[in-house]
Amino acid sequence: MASRQAMPHQDPKERIRNFDEVALGYSKEQALAEAARCLECKNPGCVQGCPVNVDIPGFIAQVKAGNFDEGIATIKLTNSLAAVCGRVCPQEVQCEDLCVLAKKGEPVAIGRLERFCADHERKKGVVAPVQAQPTGKHVAVIGAGPAGLTAAADLAKAGHDVTVFESLHDTGGVLTYGIPEFRLPKSIVKEEVDYIKQLGVDVKVDYVIGKIKTLDELREEYDAVFLGTGAGLPRFMGIEGENLNGVYSANEFLTRVNLMKAYRFPDYDTPIKRGKRVIVVGGGNVAMDAARSALRLGADEVSIVYRRSEEELPARKEEVENAREEGIIFRLLINPVRILEGENMAVKGVECIRMELGEPDGSGRRRPVPLEGSEYVLDADIVIIAIGTSPNPMILSGSEGLEVGSSGTIIVDGSGKTSLDNVCAGGDAVTGAATVISAMGAGKIAARTINKYLESDSSMG
Amino acid sequence: MSYKILEKKQIAPQVHLMKVLAPDVAKASKAGQFIILRIDETSERIPLTIADFDAEQGYVTIIFQEMGKTTKQLAKMKDEDELQDFAGPLGTPADVRDLGTVILVGGGVGIAPVYPQVKAYREAGNKVISVIGARNKDLLILEDEMRDASDELHVATDDGSKGHHGFVTDVVKQILDSSEDVARIVVIGPPILMKVAAGMTQPYGVETIVSLNPIMIDGTGMCGGCRVSVGGETKFACVDGPEFDAHKVDFNLLMSRLALYRSEESECLQNHECTCKGDN
Repeated sequence: MASRQAMPHQDPKERIRNFDEVALGYSKEQALAEAARCLECKNPGCVQGCPVNVDIPGFIAQVKAGNFDEGIATIKLTNSLAAVCGRVCPQEVQCEDLCVLAKKGEPVAIGRLERFCADHERKKGVVAPVQAQPTGKHVAVIGAGPAGLTAAADLAKAGHDVTVFESLHDTGGVLTYGIPEFRLPKSIVKEEVDYIKQLGVDVKVDYVIGKIKTLDELREEYDAVFLGTGAGLPRFMGIEGENLNGVYSANEFLTRVNLMKAYRFPDYDTPIKRGKRVIVVGGGNVAMDAARSALRLGADEVSIVYRRSEEELPARKEEVENAREEGIIFRLLINPVRILEGENMAVKGVECIRMELGEPDGSGRRRPVPLEGSEYVLDADIVIIAIGTSPNPMILSGSEGLEVGSSGTIIVDGSGKTSLDNVCAGGDAVTGAATVISAMGAGKIAARTINKYLESDSSMG
Repeated sequence: MSYKILEKKQIAPQVHLMKVLAPDVAKASKAGQFIILRIDETSERIPLTIADFDAEQGYVTIIFQEMGKTTKQLAKMKDEDELQDFAGPLGTPADVRDLGTVILVGGGVGIAPVYPQVKAYREAGNKVISVIGARNKDLLILEDEMRDASDELHVATDDGSKGHHGFVTDVVKQILDSSEDVARIVVIGPPILMKVAAGMTQPYGVETIVSLNPIMIDGTGMCGGCRVSVGGETKFACVDGPEFDAHKVDFNLLMSRLALYRSEESECLQNHECTCKGDN
């Protein structure tokens, strides 16, 4: 068996000085060689592993034959954001995990081939899709992130008149404000959103639901509503010194960098503090993104501080490797207990305590336990807190009767239906912070439920 | 999206009023709320308190002082120009109820956000005593509007060019020392004024409300850039506020966080002024 085609990357020494994309994508030859490894299984596991069930052997067979146009057409039957998914999906725990080749060696690089097809199409210019026959039904989608965009695309394909309401000035949700340019170029997000607009979807930005209009008002004005509002409320640690100057939530740091392009200050007006010694607290993809962004802003030393060990790091392996290659320092099994104040109420360091792993906790991961008396100080002038987010309660103000769980997540059944008659929800607003592709999967399921509801014209229940 | 400027005029040296066509925002606005605007593609997002709104004609009035690059750029805009983004209304509306007698204090450009509150408190049945102040008489804004909307209006100027010679807090103290039974004081202005006012009213035990103005980015509760400490708890001013109990606010923290980007702000302004000279 031929081995998996490696992904060409920008040299680490070069890339830490720019925000350009790190992974460069397969050449045509590499794509053909990689596609040739697919066994075209009769009962493909990979398709089950994909939350939006892309016909993976189907599109790979088309790549094998050199029919790249058909390949992307096959992907787009179920996935409206192929260029995004090919880049940011954790394929190693989804489609590629269930590839039959993974049992004995390396799985087919499904994500990279998806990306290749999407990029091939983008180079040629995306063809405007045929618009569906109008059904006369109106659907409101709240939130223009992955869940909302996917739901909007599927609802528009069914012929409904879809309006997306987005609170920020730009679309894409976490694709735009969260994931940095070097992992997902914003021009690609924009093109993907333009494609969805070409399906007839109307997108209203600067539109804060819960303030400008309540959910109850939208339910009156529209036949159905989809809530894809995400989990955008940052968690802080609740330790001393967290309000000092130089302490950022990862959401703030990344929003400044990505959405507001603070890395191009002063050509762009939004400033950001460029630290010399930066500490990022947390071990997920958001922590990796924040650390690698801080490095590109010119920091001398960037550390990830994580309370568990390497094995439990929730970030994608590929991103951890990329971060290491770039020189990010991993300080594992330690936890901040206090942020130390220097001059002018600015951060000067973080007092940490060493941890050891005890018994597994509710999440199945071994619980970190502090080692008494092991405190020590790490110098820092910037601290970025990336310990997770939860759903933002503001959006739900003025929504009588919507059932919400204890952590603020919206409660839905298996079809995405909420406790309200004509309202579905999906994505991080339901699950808490998860992945782009699982949000897209939830958007698809909810769109199917709404379509059925609007067809039958009866209650979704 | 874009939002047309219906009217723009200078109302005091470096202070400007702008009526912006934003019908959905105007319809939903309440006293005490704010908007976030962005001029164009490379601009930052800045928060400005709503100074007035007209649901029927669909516009929102903002009043701003030229401070840095963005407000200077905004000041150069004219009628019919368009703003790229104008999101709102944001924040929790002021808790306006019939309380009896209320003193509303506006300092400098802070008089602008006090104005809709004066109208709202009066409509709710209160006796409204307004106290407005500025460095000198030329910097006083909305004096006639405030006089019309209030039961009583007091004016103070730092240099004595109009009204009381001194600070608005002196006037408030005089009112509190008189026999007047005051149920609430609302103070909006520079952080130092709000801090001093909070210290002054504390011994009187009169409920005092301030509208905080920390740095904001999204204004919807997703980043915590605007976090403030109130009664020892961290709050996000954009969703939990901007109004808080003045006697519980950590003003020193607020002021230090406001100074965070001072060097970047002056760099951005210098850069802008060089570019503008180049244009001429």
